[in-house]
Amino acid sequence: MRVAAMMAAMCAATVLAAPAGRAAERSVDPLGSPRWADMERSLLSGEAYVFDPRVKVEAPDLAENPMHVPVTVDATALPDVKEVVVFADFNPILEILRFHPDATSAYLGFRVKLQQSSPLRAAARTADGVWHVGGTLVNTAGGGCTAPSIGSTSTEWQKRLNEVTARSWNDGPMSGRVRLRIIHPMDTGLIAGIPAFHLEALTLRDEAGTPLMRLEISQPVSENPVFTLYRGKRDGVLQAAGRDNNGNTFDVRIAP
Amino acid sequence: MKRLILALLACVSLAAGADDFDYRLVPQAVAPDVYVFVGKTEDFDTRNGGNIVNTGFIVAPQGVVVIDTGPSLRYGRQMREAIARVTDKPVLMAINTHHHPDHVLGNQAFSDVPVGSLAEVQRGIASEGNAFAENLFRMSGDWMAGTEVVVPTRTLQAGPLELGGRRLRVLALDGHTGADLALFDENSGVLFAGDLVFNHRAPTTPHARVARWLASLDTLEAMLAGGGVKVLVPGHGPVSRDAAPIRSTRDWLAWLSGSLRQAAAEGLDMNEVLARPLPERYRALPVAPAEYRRSVGHLLPGIEVEALEAGHVH
Repeated sequence: MRVAAMMAAMCAATVLAAPAGRAAERSVDPLGSPRWADMERSLLSGEAYVFDPRVKVEAPDLAENPMHVPVTVDATALPDVKEVVVFADFNPILEILRFHPDATSAYLGFRVKLQQSSPLRAAARTADGVWHVGGTLVNTAGGGCTAPSIGSTSTEWQKRLNEVTARSWNDGPMSGRVRLRIIHPMDTGLIAGIPAFHLEALTLRDEAGTPLMRLEISQPVSENPVFTLYRGKRDGVLQAAGRDNNGNTFDVRIAP
Repeated sequence: MKRLILALLACVSLAAGADDFDYRLVPQAVAPDVYVFVGKTEDFDTRNGGNIVNTGFIVAPQGVVVIDTGPSLRYGRQMREAIARVTDKPVLMAINTHHHPDHVLGNQAFSDVPVGSLAEVQRGIASEGNAFAENLFRMSGDWMAGTEVVVPTRTLQAGPLELGGRRLRVLALDGHTGADLALFDENSGVLFAGDLVFNHRAPTTPHARVARWLASLDTLEAMLAGGGVKVLVPGHGPVSRDAAPIRSTRDWLAWLSGSLRQAAAEGLDMNEVLARPLPERYRALPVAPAEYRRSVGHLLPGIEVEALEAGHVH
């Protein structure tokens, strides 16, 4: 499976090599967003990039609930991904999250709050320093970033803040998949009287403490985040540790 | 030139659909003195103006009892005009079966009479009514002009309800929402089931608690099995004379919750669940793909929590 993916990636890279030389062609945003120049400057710091269909961003064309828009980022067709940043051009807070797949696949599923219809993009930085940008358009009624969290209107969550539930799948078609959910209101700070209060870091390590994936999480990730990722075929306990912007921490072990 | 003609044609066809904002409500007599306005089995849009819902009325000896008031002020007013063409008796009360906007946003046209509902429906309309109305303005456009939320003024309890000399019975159920009223007319044997029952249209689930809903369907089916119910009026879709719509609503809900539970146990992510094809038997069911997608958003997060709690974290 991995070999096949790598071969596919190599083939795709060969095909892309010719047009990649022409700068003008590269910089035309396939999603036609008037915000792209700003995105490039603020999210990619003006570094080299290429629009690349090998970075797949899956999300519904029409998202029913702007508070919970499902996003799946799959950059596994690219070799040696160091970092992936996910962002939405028309959100008041652009960056959604950033992940470093140190020893996992460059794959992450989660849910996001959208303030209005927007391109939803992922840029994957490969070892050569080039950002590969993929994305999709999501239509939504909006308001996702300026609606209060369920958590902010009740006190129930306080007792369970940073509580983690998780499960791993070890055989069958989902082999190697891990899903984890963390209880957190993920308040954006854009509502009067409700300060920003959100998870900002999550690291997954193997039993020996070696990092498998590091996540930097921003406000637009949905309340009570659920992450889906692949840990690969490694056996053994998985460690998940993290903290929010108020210094509350968690550190748990997920049995295989 | 060809383009101009096409553009003109498009204008003409748009105008024909909406420029008079007339829902063309024609009451269907389902039993002596009992009428239903049957809506389209569609989703809200600017052509149907939100007329996707069934409403009705009962002509009692001393006046008219209205069941649900439709999606807008215009609908409520046109409903009243259509009722006046059937009888000159006064409207005594409008009843809201539950708090969803397509059933209650016509209340404004009945604000001169008591509007009755279960207590929780009053709370639901008071807290969520404005957000619902905003959403319908977005989806149905100018059909909604002038529509304002009117909270029911009269609290109804389960049990017998005598109105205008007619014996009715209120059933206080739940599951489609937190409070679903069904109304039985003892005289005619007509049962207004509200949105507990959908017929030839996929059910909606924004406030559903599926286990409770299934229990309510059992209650309704037992009523039909006991005899006495001659006509079943679903919240959406054609009127029926048997329990088939109860069974098809149950079948959809059981399939939906079972399939989401299985997907969550298998570790599927929301996008993967959204991508799953519908079973063959739902291919021809109106709005089934759209309602499935909406239901995944409504129901999967809760079901996912249960699936993840089966994992081992310490």
